[in-house]
Amino acid sequence: MTESSLNTFKGTITQERQLQQVIEKHKDMPGALLPVLQEAQGIYGYLPIEVQRMVADGLSISLSEVYGVATFYSQFSLTPKGEHRISVCLGTACYVKGADKILQALEDKLGIKSGECTPDGLFSIDSCRCVGACGLAPVMMIDDDVYGKMTVDQIDSILDKYINKKGGNKK
Amino acid sequence: MTLEELNKIKKEKEELVLVRKLVAEQGEKLATKTGYRKQVLVCGGTGCTSSGSKKVIDALDKALKENGIDKEILVVRTGCFGLCALGPIMIVYPEGAFYSQATPEGVERIVKEHLKEGNIVKELLYEKTVHEDGSIISLSETNFYKKQLRVALRNCGVIDPEQIEEYIAMDGYQALAKVLGTMTPDDVIRTLEESGLRGRGGGGFPTGKKWSFAKASQGEEKYVCCNADEGDPGAFMDRSILEGDPQCIIEAMTIAGYTIGAHKGFVYIRAEYPIAVQRLQIAIDQARAYGFLGENILDSGFDFDIEIRLGAGAFVCGEETALMTSIEGNRGEPRPRPPFPAVKGLFGKPTVLNNVETYANIPQIILRGSDWFASMGTATSKGTKVFAIGGKITNVGLVEIPMGTTLREIVEEIGGGIPNGKKFKAAQTGGPSGGCIPALHIDTPIDYDNLIALGSMMGSGGMIILDEDTCMVDIAKFYLEFTVDESCGKCTSCRVGTRRLLQFLEKITSGKGEVEDLEKIEELAQHMTTSSLCALGQTAPNPVLSTMNYFKDEYIAHIQDKTCPAGVCKALMRYEIIPAACKGCTLCSRNCPVGAINGTVKKPHVIDQDKCIKCGLCLKNCKFNAIYTK
Repeated sequence: MTESSLNTFKGTITQERQLQQVIEKHKDMPGALLPVLQEAQGIYGYLPIEVQRMVADGLSISLSEVYGVATFYSQFSLTPKGEHRISVCLGTACYVKGADKILQALEDKLGIKSGECTPDGLFSIDSCRCVGACGLAPVMMIDDDVYGKMTVDQIDSILDKYINKKGGNKK
Repeated sequence: MTLEELNKIKKEKEELVLVRKLVAEQGEKLATKTGYRKQVLVCGGTGCTSSGSKKVIDALDKALKENGIDKEILVVRTGCFGLCALGPIMIVYPEGAFYSQATPEGVERIVKEHLKEGNIVKELLYEKTVHEDGSIISLSETNFYKKQLRVALRNCGVIDPEQIEEYIAMDGYQALAKVLGTMTPDDVIRTLEESGLRGRGGGGFPTGKKWSFAKASQGEEKYVCCNADEGDPGAFMDRSILEGDPQCIIEAMTIAGYTIGAHKGFVYIRAEYPIAVQRLQIAIDQARAYGFLGENILDSGFDFDIEIRLGAGAFVCGEETALMTSIEGNRGEPRPRPPFPAVKGLFGKPTVLNNVETYANIPQIILRGSDWFASMGTATSKGTKVFAIGGKITNVGLVEIPMGTTLREIVEEIGGGIPNGKKFKAAQTGGPSGGCIPALHIDTPIDYDNLIALGSMMGSGGMIILDEDTCMVDIAKFYLEFTVDESCGKCTSCRVGTRRLLQFLEKITSGKGEVEDLEKIEELAQHMTTSSLCALGQTAPNPVLSTMNYFKDEYIAHIQDKTCPAGVCKALMRYEIIPAACKGCTLCSRNCPVGAINGTVKKPHVIDQDKCIKCGLCLKNCKFNAIYTK
């Protein structure tokens, strides 16, 4: 549980109320844990141990079971992500077209490794396996925006767009 | 909803959709009858949306209003046309004019010159659809579409997936009406068995047989599941079907429910496919509103409903037992079979689970008969197969071909060959569970059994084309990295085995491999195949075995000669200085981070290979092109 000690939990009462509503809605549904965790991550942006505990209590299951599921699926993150989440597709079609070089260049540029978040909290980098836009390989996503046919040269200008709109004005 | 009401909607909407199938005069006549002079179809699939089709649609709507013709032109947002590399794609009917790589600026011209004044903007058309004399070639006559046969994709790129009435116009829900009104569950099973339909998700198990097992299982409660957890990287067939024609999956699942005696269905779909999820949800809501889901469907007394469950990013959940464990809310780990899902599946109840593409074929088989379906394909593989073609090929996209089409036809004709004049090296099918088909076997007709005989497999339909610049050892390593990541960890042979296999490949690609490693790989592979619970572990060695089988010389080159013939493996690259070209400017030696370059001013320098870390800085800095890699 070292993840939570590094980042103090800053959940608000509104978020907690939202989570309780989600739990209430799914409580009696068979197989509720996954949908609840997905919505919980939508509310908090990640799944710190405090949130997992609320889910466990709400669904009357053990924390270890919640933790087991939260760590099994790659969609769930136990640590906070950047304000803008960069995701580089490393599916086969993108890989043969050089997606690994895009990832490398991003890591060099931002000074973090895949799976990490920049110290200012603006960007985090992850790799993913195929967003299904293979016609545009290599593909990179920032939040919900897809950037296709990527070249290393384009990275700076794309990142600048997000640096400049720091503090809001999201699409 | 009754059959009469269904037929009434079909009749009302039929002509509107038919305009998109007929071109030239016939289409023009029909178009005037529908109230819309022209129809503009814009692809709203993931590929084209990523290339900006939303902006194109906005520009289109704006320009139509500005030109005052928005009432006479119908804009339809469809699913995937297939030619993803040319997106955003826009087709204007009744002419059948195919505009590729549309931009908001181009759209303004098209609206004014073509839609308003009636002159096709030829320079914006896809070049392969224009004759030298300027006349238009119908899309179905282009190399990309000519050899295709669209059954599962028949409505993709034709109808608006968010309008159930357009689906009804294309014979939608007629198969369900036929099943509920005139067929017994055994009739349905017999039809499927006679059609020869096999599962399109990878395994190739006969669908009719699967349904008959689930029907035979006793139990009040049964389930129908749809596997839309398309995790195989480079594959997007199922996504495109769900985005382009979601109603056909709902119809087929309802037919499955009636056949096996289930009243509840689940679609397990990847969360990475937001557009598909959204369209499917809209489709389910509409189907409920029209009475194709819910109670007493088509007045038959049969009840059925469908719920969407989102995956959470675990490749192993594409395996049927893991998928069901995941819907149950657990870690998606596979469980032993038997008992098979048909006996004990979701929530311990008898369950039928099919892949999206399998379902997409079923309404057509019911309507057009098993003989029609069995007339397509080869002796043991009937019908068509959808492939997502990607990698080093000109026409990246989605194609549907009759089983038995050769790889050569796919690569050279449909795919338009390899870009940049490079040579075809191999096609990878079956993703991380499959293998490579080398150039030597390019004339093999593609079906389930031929691919297995070649050491690959059909898989779900991802096909990655590799050219001479691809290192086969590196590709094998890529797939192993994937399976190491995605192994769920339950079976030791898979959890540890994939890691050990990867270590061997890392050793080989870093130039430290030994000849004995190849034997050890084979032995390890055998253990993994025999002692892993699910297909992920059993087939994880396939990419290695298959490349070792066909490209052993490349493995040997890495091991014995310490070179990578394709020039991909970084550790085996050597940076050398051409003495004749080196002016001795010392720039490289001053910038080398490890001091590996020696020499005196104005004399040719030399790279110390033992010290070199292959960072490439010297090559980047040299102003005289005196440094090269080999």
